[in-house]
Amino acid sequence: MTDVDKTIDFSQMPDEKGHFGIYGGVFAAETLMQPINELRDAYEKIKNDPDFQAEFDRDLAHYVGRPSPLYHAQRLSEITGGAQIYLKREDLNHTGAHKINNTIGQALLARKMGKKRIIAETGAGQHGVASATVAARFGMECVVYMGAEDVIRQAPNVYRMKLLGATVIPVESGSKTLKDALNEAMRDWVTNVDDTFYIIGTVAGPHPYPEMVRDFQTIIGREARLQIQQQAGRLPDALVACVGGGSNAIGLFHPFLEDKEVAIYGVEGGGDGIDTARHAAPLCAGKPGVLHGNRTYLMEDKDGQIIETHCVSAGLDYPGVGPEHAWLKDIGRVKYDAITDSEALEAFHTLTRIEGIIPALESSHAVAYGLKLAKTMEKDQIIIVNLSGRGDKDINTIAKIEGIKL
Amino acid sequence: MSRLNATFEHLKAQNKTALVPYIMCGDPDFDTTVRLMHALVNSGCNIIELGVPFSDPMADGPVIQAAAERVLLNHVSLSDVIDVVARFRETDTETAVILMGYLNPIEVMGYQVFAEKASAAGVDGALTVDIPPEEAAEYTQLLKAKGIDPIYLLAPTSDDARIASIANVAAGFVYYVSLKGVTGAASLDIDSVVEKLQQIRRQISLPVGVGFGISDAETAAKLSKVADAIVVGSAIVKRMAEYGHQPDQLIQSVTELTASMRKAMDQ
Repeated sequence: MTDVDKTIDFSQMPDEKGHFGIYGGVFAAETLMQPINELRDAYEKIKNDPDFQAEFDRDLAHYVGRPSPLYHAQRLSEITGGAQIYLKREDLNHTGAHKINNTIGQALLARKMGKKRIIAETGAGQHGVASATVAARFGMECVVYMGAEDVIRQAPNVYRMKLLGATVIPVESGSKTLKDALNEAMRDWVTNVDDTFYIIGTVAGPHPYPEMVRDFQTIIGREARLQIQQQAGRLPDALVACVGGGSNAIGLFHPFLEDKEVAIYGVEGGGDGIDTARHAAPLCAGKPGVLHGNRTYLMEDKDGQIIETHCVSAGLDYPGVGPEHAWLKDIGRVKYDAITDSEALEAFHTLTRIEGIIPALESSHAVAYGLKLAKTMEKDQIIIVNLSGRGDKDINTIAKIEGIKL
Repeated sequence: MSRLNATFEHLKAQNKTALVPYIMCGDPDFDTTVRLMHALVNSGCNIIELGVPFSDPMADGPVIQAAAERVLLNHVSLSDVIDVVARFRETDTETAVILMGYLNPIEVMGYQVFAEKASAAGVDGALTVDIPPEEAAEYTQLLKAKGIDPIYLLAPTSDDARIASIANVAAGFVYYVSLKGVTGAASLDIDSVVEKLQQIRRQISLPVGVGFGISDAETAAKLSKVADAIVVGSAIVKRMAEYGHQPDQLIQSVTELTASMRKAMDQ
């Protein structure tokens, strides 16, 4: 239970300038303001347009393969001795993660705006693959920026993007991870504003991205809300999702925010532990600041420089987080916690062996937290864990950590 | 009168255009930065734009990002940059100095504290790349209260409505980014710059500087006929990178460039 003010209408957030409380907004160079405003106006126009929604829904059904199942993981629940765990199977979407929900939405919008070229940044490569996929489908040019470190960590996804016809540009600046890829994509956008649409993969960046990406991802929560009522006859007691930028999490959480009886947990990448310097948990251990177009919690040093993050999963390895999560933390509606690399790896194996489902390392953080939480709850209680992606992309990483040569 | 206003009035009376070099503070060390600032003034520069490093400089190209990475290895902070301005002021109380950087270091210091410290050190203006007028009410108010001019960028994509919103908050001068892209980008179309400057001047009475893509004396001279200030960044920072830890050669190389620009601009 939380102490959320009854008067908050979560559907009315953000305000018209993109603020969630003190978070969000538009913090961008003047060179980017015109394309950001153009996007904001275009999104305003289509967000309540029934024709656009119908087209989006059609693609989600027939191209992505929605609705994704809500699966009662009975054997997994049994080993905890506690609550019943249901997995929202976003790993079964086309391309293997929730990311495609958003890229379909943004690609439809890009087409509507007459943009012929799309650019994207990617960490784990899932958003890059999802962007390259929709670019192939809509016949658009696609350029994906990826940190040089991540290009190595996620080689199979890099090849996938190339097969799909995308150009993958390794980014050698800064820490060579997701944040640097984002910087580089912004630079591309500034330089090529006329014909280029920038598909941001998470609920961060300048307004309208946090709102727009959330809206495209709430299909996850809307489906889960119906499915759990069909299967269990009631709403869940708890929701759990991993939070890097936070798009799969907000997608699951948002349709439940006004259900006060549903406890909500966001799980950050704890790396070696949040009491060490090596983690990726800005909500648990960071401070508010301004980066990548919005005000939010950041991993930063005493001078306001962004510090390098550490997390076994590339998709959680980001020093910021979506501004709506920052706000949900401050108002106490969502509790944010962290799972370490070793806890996530253990959960990866547990789910794989017990249920025959290989989860992404990102999602393994949510699974680990779900397992911990279930142990503290009763057998007749229900937790929905968002299984945001499948783990095929991570098997090289896992094998390497465990000293196995493939 | 503020140093920026005085500088532009003085130059206008002589029918001259301001030359504004950008240097990254602390590259390669603070002593060299202070020496370089004085040397730039002696080579004919009128306003110094001192770069405050940021780990994620999204509006900058590879040359300036690399400079930021170099000085961040030494943990150069916003406080350090302000201290360098105070050192420069010990012997130069006339040349205007503006800080150029990103918002987060200022957020962490606090707008009020920043305004007070910067003002006490003799900073004249602040160009904070990622705070547009829409988010800047408190920031501009606190800066102006301490006599620091908030300087704003204008872009080829800025329409009349945006120019008007910047006219409301800017002081000192405005800085027109002469091409779509990041700092240090290649080409520059002078005719389109001339046209845009006319559009800007219809709404903004402040002096208008032009920058991004100016790397040689010839371009500086051409643009000086239409702009109130010429900002040169990456071309200078490139020379600074080249002479890394040889301060004498670094200063010589950079001031050769600025002196050649000054000469061409005055002809």
